[in-house]
Amino acid sequence: MLEIKNLHARVEDKEILRGVNLLVKAGEVHAIMGENGSGKSTLAGVLAGRDAYEVTEGEVRFDGKNLLELDPEERAREGIFLAFQYPVEIPGVSNTYFLKAAVNAIRQHRGLPEYDAREFLKLVREKMRLIHMSEDLLKRPVNEGFSGGEKKRNEIFQMAVLDPRLAILDETDSGLDIDALKAVADGVNALRSPDRAIIVITHYQRLLNYIVPDQVHVLMRGRIVKSGGKELALELEEKGYKWLEASVREPQPV
Amino acid sequence: MTEVMERQNTYLAAFERLERELAAAGTPALHRLRKAAAARFAELGFPGPRDEEWRFTPIAPLARIPFEPAPHDRMNGSCSFRIPPLPKGVIVCRLSEAMHKHAALIEQHLARYADWKKHPFVALNTAFVCDGVFVYVPRGIVLEEPLFLDFHAGKDDDGRVWHYRSLVLLGENSQVTLVDNYSGPMECTYFSNAVTEIVVGPGAIVDHYKLQREGDRAFHLAVMQVQIGRAANFSSHAITQGGQWVRNEINAVFENEGGECTLNGLYQANGEQLVDNHTLIDHAHPHCASHELYKGILDGKARGVFNGKIYVRQDAQRTDAKQTNQTLLLSDDATINTKPQLEIYADDVKCTHGATVGQLDAESLFYLRSRGVGLAEARSLLTYAFANDIVSRIKVASVREELERSLLQAHHLPAVDAGEEDA
Repeated sequence: MLEIKNLHARVEDKEILRGVNLLVKAGEVHAIMGENGSGKSTLAGVLAGRDAYEVTEGEVRFDGKNLLELDPEERAREGIFLAFQYPVEIPGVSNTYFLKAAVNAIRQHRGLPEYDAREFLKLVREKMRLIHMSEDLLKRPVNEGFSGGEKKRNEIFQMAVLDPRLAILDETDSGLDIDALKAVADGVNALRSPDRAIIVITHYQRLLNYIVPDQVHVLMRGRIVKSGGKELALELEEKGYKWLEASVREPQPV
Repeated sequence: MTEVMERQNTYLAAFERLERELAAAGTPALHRLRKAAAARFAELGFPGPRDEEWRFTPIAPLARIPFEPAPHDRMNGSCSFRIPPLPKGVIVCRLSEAMHKHAALIEQHLARYADWKKHPFVALNTAFVCDGVFVYVPRGIVLEEPLFLDFHAGKDDDGRVWHYRSLVLLGENSQVTLVDNYSGPMECTYFSNAVTEIVVGPGAIVDHYKLQREGDRAFHLAVMQVQIGRAANFSSHAITQGGQWVRNEINAVFENEGGECTLNGLYQANGEQLVDNHTLIDHAHPHCASHELYKGILDGKARGVFNGKIYVRQDAQRTDAKQTNQTLLLSDDATINTKPQLEIYADDVKCTHGATVGQLDAESLFYLRSRGVGLAEARSLLTYAFANDIVSRIKVASVREELERSLLQAHHLPAVDAGEEDA
C-alpha cells in the first residue's frame, strides 16, 4: 500500500530525513519509534503533505500513485489520514460542520453523492459509539477548550468518520494519562481492518502495549536503523536508544 | 477648512431655522439643553486631523456633504418597534411621547451621560433631540423576550442626517435584551448620527445587540454611553457590515463595585469602506470585570481603526480587564490601525490586551486540507469561522441564526442544517 524509497527531506537548510525506506501493506500496523529530533514527525508531515518540508530525493508511492506530487487535500481524498500531534483549535466552526465538509469533499472525489443531514448524522452517531465520544464534543467548536485527551480522541473520531486506507498517528500518546491513552488505543483498535494500514509514531513503548504492532522500526538521525517485531519495542524500553547508535554510521541495507 | 466651517454652519443654520418647531417638543428645560448643545457644537466644530481621537479617521468626507435634517417629526429618524407584550410598569415608547408623559424621568436622565460638552457629534445630536426611543424597565422586572428596535432611513432620504436618539433605563435587578438594527437604501447618501444612553441599575442585566446594515453610501456615527451600576452586567455585541464611513463609539463606566462588562464586536468591510471602532471601559470602582473581543475582516481597499481604552482608576483594585483585537486582512490593500490604550493607576489588578493582524493561520489551513477540504473551501471555512466566533456568542437565536446563514452564504459554504445543530 505504502512504499517509501530512499526518502530525503529537509527544513530550510537542515536535512532531517536522510534515506528512509519503508514498506507497509494493507492490514498491517507499523510502529515508528525514535527519540526527539530523530525525524519521526517530519516523516509524518512529509507523508501528509505539510509544505514546510522539502523533499530532495527519493519517492513515496501510495497504491502505486506518486504521493509526493499530490496536494494535502488530494492525499486525504486518496485515503491518507494524519492524526496530529498538536490538533488545531478552530473557534467558530462546530466539529460536526467541519467533519461534514471533509466527508463530502472526500465522497465527491470518490464519485459518491454527498451525504444529507440525516445520513451524515447516522454515520456520526455510529462512529461516536465506536470511539466512545460524548455528544457535546460534537457541537463544540473544533478542539476549542478540549483537554489534551479530548483532542486526541477527536482525532481518532475524525479518522473513524473519514475511513482512511492509511492512518498515521503522530505521537497520539503524548501528554495522555493512562485512562485517556487506553481510550485512544481502544478507538484505534476498533478501526483495525484488513483493508487499512496504520503507522503509529511514538516516543515510548507504552502505547504499543495497547496497540500491538506487526512491525517496529527505529528511526535515528533520519534513517530507519533497525526493524523488528513487537518485541523490539520492549527491548528499546529496557535498553534505550544508545546501543543502536553504532548502526547509524553504517550504510542502511536496502 | 473654510469648506468644513461652512458645512458646520449648515447644521447650525438648520438649527436656527427649526428652532421654533424644536422648542415645542418637551419642557422649556429641554429646549435650554438643545440651545446649549447647539452653542457647544458651534464652539467645538468638527474634529480636526490633529485630534488624536480622529487621527486615522478623516472627517473630510463627512464634513464635505451639507446633510439636512428631515422635518421635525422625523428629525430623529424613523424607528419601528417589535416588542413582546410588556409587564405592567415597563415603558417602550417614542421619546417625544415620553417627553410629555414621563417628563421627570426624561429631565433626570436625557443627555446626562453622553458627553455633549466634549463630543461634537453628541452635541449636534443633542441640539436636535425631540424624538427617538425611550425604554424603561422598573425594578425587579425581567423581560424574557428581546426588544427589537429598527432604525431605518427611507428611499427619498438622499442627503439627510438622522439624529437617532435612544434612552434606556433599567431599574434595580431588572433585565432586558435589546436588538438595534440600522438600515437604509443602497442608493442614498445619508448620515446616521446616533446617540444611545443606557443606565444599568444595580444588579440589572442588559444584553445589547447592534446590527449595522446601512446602505453602501451611508455615513454612520454612533455613540453609546453606558452607566453600569453595582453588580450590574452589561454586554454589547456590535456587528458592522454596511456604510461607506462608519465610526462606533462605546463608552462604558463602572459607577460602583462588582460590575461586569462584555464588549464583542465584528466588523466586515470591503471596497473603500472605512470602519472605526472606539471603545472605552472606565474601571472607576473596584472588583469590576471587563472582557472585550473585537474581530475584523477587511478586504479590498477597506480601512479599519480599532482603539480600545481601558482606564483603571486608583481606587479600582481587583479589576480584571481583558481586551483582544484580531483583524484578518484578506487583501494587500486593506489596512488596520489598532491601538490598545490601557491606563492603569491601581496596583492590584489583572489587565491583559492583545492585538493580532494578519492572514489565515497556515497550520489551520493545513489541518483542514489534511482532512480532504480543498484550499479554496478551507480558506472560506476559516474566514467564516473567524467571524462566527463572534456571531456564536449571540444569545438571541433568531439573530444568531440569521447572521450565521448570511455569513455562510457570503463565503459560499453549505448551510448548517437543523439536524447538525442538535447533533
